[in-house]
Amino acid sequence: MSRIKEREPMPQQPPAERIKNFFEVALGYTEEQAIAEAKRCLHCKEKPCIAGCPVIIDIPEFVGLVAEGKFLEAAAVLKRDNSLPAICGRVCPQEEQCEKTCLLSKTGQPIAIGRLERYVADYEALHADATPLGRDLKSRPNSSPRPNGSHERPKGPSLARFGVAVVGSGPAGLTVAGDLAKMGYSVTIFEALHDTGGVLRYGIPEFRLPRDILDREIDYVKSLGVKVVKNVIIGKTVTIPELLSGGFEAVFVGTGAGAPMMMNLPGENLNGVLSGNEWLTRINLMRANRFPEYGTPLKVPKKAAVIGGGNTAMDCARTALRVGAEEVTIVYRRSRVEMPARLEEVENAEAEGVIFKLLMNPTRFLGDGNGRLVGMECIRMELGEPDDSGRRRPVPVAGSEFVMDVDTAIIAIGQTPTPLIRTTTDGLQVTKWGGIIIDEKTGMTSIPGLFAGGDAVTGAATVITAMGAGRTAAMGIDRYLREKHGLPIEDGEPETGGQLGAAMDKELVRFYRDRWKEAAELQAEERKKLSIDERMARLAVLFDFARSVSEGGPRKGNEEITRRWMRLKELACESP
Amino acid sequence: MKKSRVHDCAIVSAERSLRELLEAGVTNRVLRKERLAGSIILFELENPLVARSAKAGQFVVVRPNRYGERIPLTISDTDPGRGTITIIFQIVGRTTMELGRIEEGQCVPDVCGPLGRPSEIERYGTTLSVGGGVGIAFLRPTTKALKRAGNEVITIIGAREKNLLILEDEMRDLSDELFVTTDDGSYGRKGFVSDVVRDLLKAGEGEAPAEPGSAGASPSRRRRIDIVFAIGPMPMMRAVAEVTRPFGVKTIVSLDPIMIDGTGMCGGCRVSVGGKTQFTCVDGPDFDAHEVDWDELATRKSFYAAEERAARELLPEESK
Repeated sequence: MSRIKEREPMPQQPPAERIKNFFEVALGYTEEQAIAEAKRCLHCKEKPCIAGCPVIIDIPEFVGLVAEGKFLEAAAVLKRDNSLPAICGRVCPQEEQCEKTCLLSKTGQPIAIGRLERYVADYEALHADATPLGRDLKSRPNSSPRPNGSHERPKGPSLARFGVAVVGSGPAGLTVAGDLAKMGYSVTIFEALHDTGGVLRYGIPEFRLPRDILDREIDYVKSLGVKVVKNVIIGKTVTIPELLSGGFEAVFVGTGAGAPMMMNLPGENLNGVLSGNEWLTRINLMRANRFPEYGTPLKVPKKAAVIGGGNTAMDCARTALRVGAEEVTIVYRRSRVEMPARLEEVENAEAEGVIFKLLMNPTRFLGDGNGRLVGMECIRMELGEPDDSGRRRPVPVAGSEFVMDVDTAIIAIGQTPTPLIRTTTDGLQVTKWGGIIIDEKTGMTSIPGLFAGGDAVTGAATVITAMGAGRTAAMGIDRYLREKHGLPIEDGEPETGGQLGAAMDKELVRFYRDRWKEAAELQAEERKKLSIDERMARLAVLFDFARSVSEGGPRKGNEEITRRWMRLKELACESP
Repeated sequence: MKKSRVHDCAIVSAERSLRELLEAGVTNRVLRKERLAGSIILFELENPLVARSAKAGQFVVVRPNRYGERIPLTISDTDPGRGTITIIFQIVGRTTMELGRIEEGQCVPDVCGPLGRPSEIERYGTTLSVGGGVGIAFLRPTTKALKRAGNEVITIIGAREKNLLILEDEMRDLSDELFVTTDDGSYGRKGFVSDVVRDLLKAGEGEAPAEPGSAGASPSRRRRIDIVFAIGPMPMMRAVAEVTRPFGVKTIVSLDPIMIDGTGMCGGCRVSVGGKTQFTCVDGPDFDAHEVDWDELATRKSFYAAEERAARELLPEESK
């Protein structure tokens, strides 16, 4: 091995343990690990990692600050370009982006940028809690993100009089809203569901993205002055043309790809056959796994088949294990290398005991005569010539049908944009499969003042590409409104980059430091409020976990996990 | 509907711009709560956004509290001027029970809508509205719209017994002619609404279509019925469909399968209509009754019956 040190491993909950709970699989770096990992950065001149990041985070700068142990400063750098770092650190496919372009990726050991991002974001949340910051900022007249008045844009009229409507509170919408609010616009997000986050809430399970982290990131966006109105479905409650004529200067559509694709096979409407969206929505959004505490019921599968090879399929399968399914099988029509899911997620699913049946495809669903699914007929496939996607086309092997015994079949073969916006907005140009057509540079659609980004444009993709699109659209909206109203246009990134941004960051960091003490005091107060029972309950979870880990023997990594949890335990035990 | 009991905190939506209205959000405050009959409850809710955009046949998805299920409820009436919508529901399980606990002056946490396609209202000639039980509440806006579109409107409403019959006066006012049935004969004609449907269709057989504008034709001279709208419990809608099928009279039903989001996302509300899978929430809820796969619908609706029973068992005694 060369003199390049190896990547710090990510401590994980052991598979046997984690399939019994919805806690995060990856436990996060320790402080020592984060610093050690950050020190591996070569700080090369070219900074190829930045080019690999859809939201153009100054990665070497934040990694450098981590190496020095300046975590809050690092957080400020992250938040300059990314309103949702704790989410990105968890669910971005870094191996396809910044870590792929990292100089060290040639050695097979790129800097673990995602893990560092996660560490910094979590550290910041713990030590400069968003809540006091948010409270303080909200009390300021213009709801600006700036910690004090001195760094308001000194010249130029206020942008607060311009209302921007954001449709959908998923990753694209949150990013647009956060960026525009930082610039000073009045932003209102409209969410059709009763809770915010879009796919981050109903789609991505808790063990990949804990709900308190999601809530924290959304609170941060709200603390920037963004209003969120739930239960309003644009295209039904009000339409896009009504928004544009009813007082909003610009509208951003980030409605995602929420319509599930079905297979149109015989028996698909049997009880027990459901879309990945329904399965995940029941559990993630409605918490049906906690029925009857929660009102939405869940049928726990005995034998479940999940059809598909993407991240949604992995999420469905791993969720099924956690709610108590005895056997969970992924059925995918191509081979392992063609699977669109992140490698890490496939490996996690395998480690947890999900069975993979590759190169096969369902042909029909079989009922018991009373409308209940009891089996799934499948056919074996082989790979033929490459298709449009460049992947080899799966071809059925004649006569190879066989039946799998299953009581639950979850169809997770993809999602398309819901037609609601396009059918209620005259003049909106869309592709033949329903994606909204935009100007890539500005995010503007065929209708002036109407912008779009994320899965609603690209079809189902990733959280970070949606955020990147949100970023672009925020700049596009700013430029559009400035041109429309004859306001000065600054080159580059008008509000978030450049010297002004740097000054703002310094100010932010100072502000965070001041709040650190305050936050610590607040946390102590909060702890006092917890009843003994609640503290004991939390402790029991920690103890059980630590014990199970230590009994598992001193395997590599286990000690670290135990130490980490013991520290948490101490925290919980600390007398008020 | 008496309006005198209404609190005077209703928003006058016309005075505010759409942006102001939207940015303010909605409270879903219960301005009026009434027990119509048995366990059928009416809420008039402050929701100027839904009030201004809802059309006949559309529904809202409601969640009674932060632990609750999302359930679809048809919008029974709207008052855009006062910024209110009326929903009527029957307490049949845990979710409706929890909803029924919300008192006048309190707020329903989540109300999203209007969802689904509006009913297709046009000047058909003579229309027949058929409502059973709490379905009468959902039939009202459709019947009102049919009348407004210039149709001769005949209505049949029915309930298990007299005490469970709702909105009789309102439906009488909206209709050129009204028939009432009760299963036990305690009021109106004894029997089912589908019995009256059969009689009317038989009587109208071979008759010429109604002359345009001849609303209020005498009951003695039957008109040919051009279309039937039936809303009620699934067995009732199915029975009406079977009665009208041999007569070839187009029959529209409003389906209420299991639904989660109500926005086309989960596909839990799949129904087979004419051999094609449809999502009730976005493709319906109105469908051609003669094309619906009723057996499949019945099976799908009963999938969680055991869980629903269990949830009911867990409810406090006094609320069952």
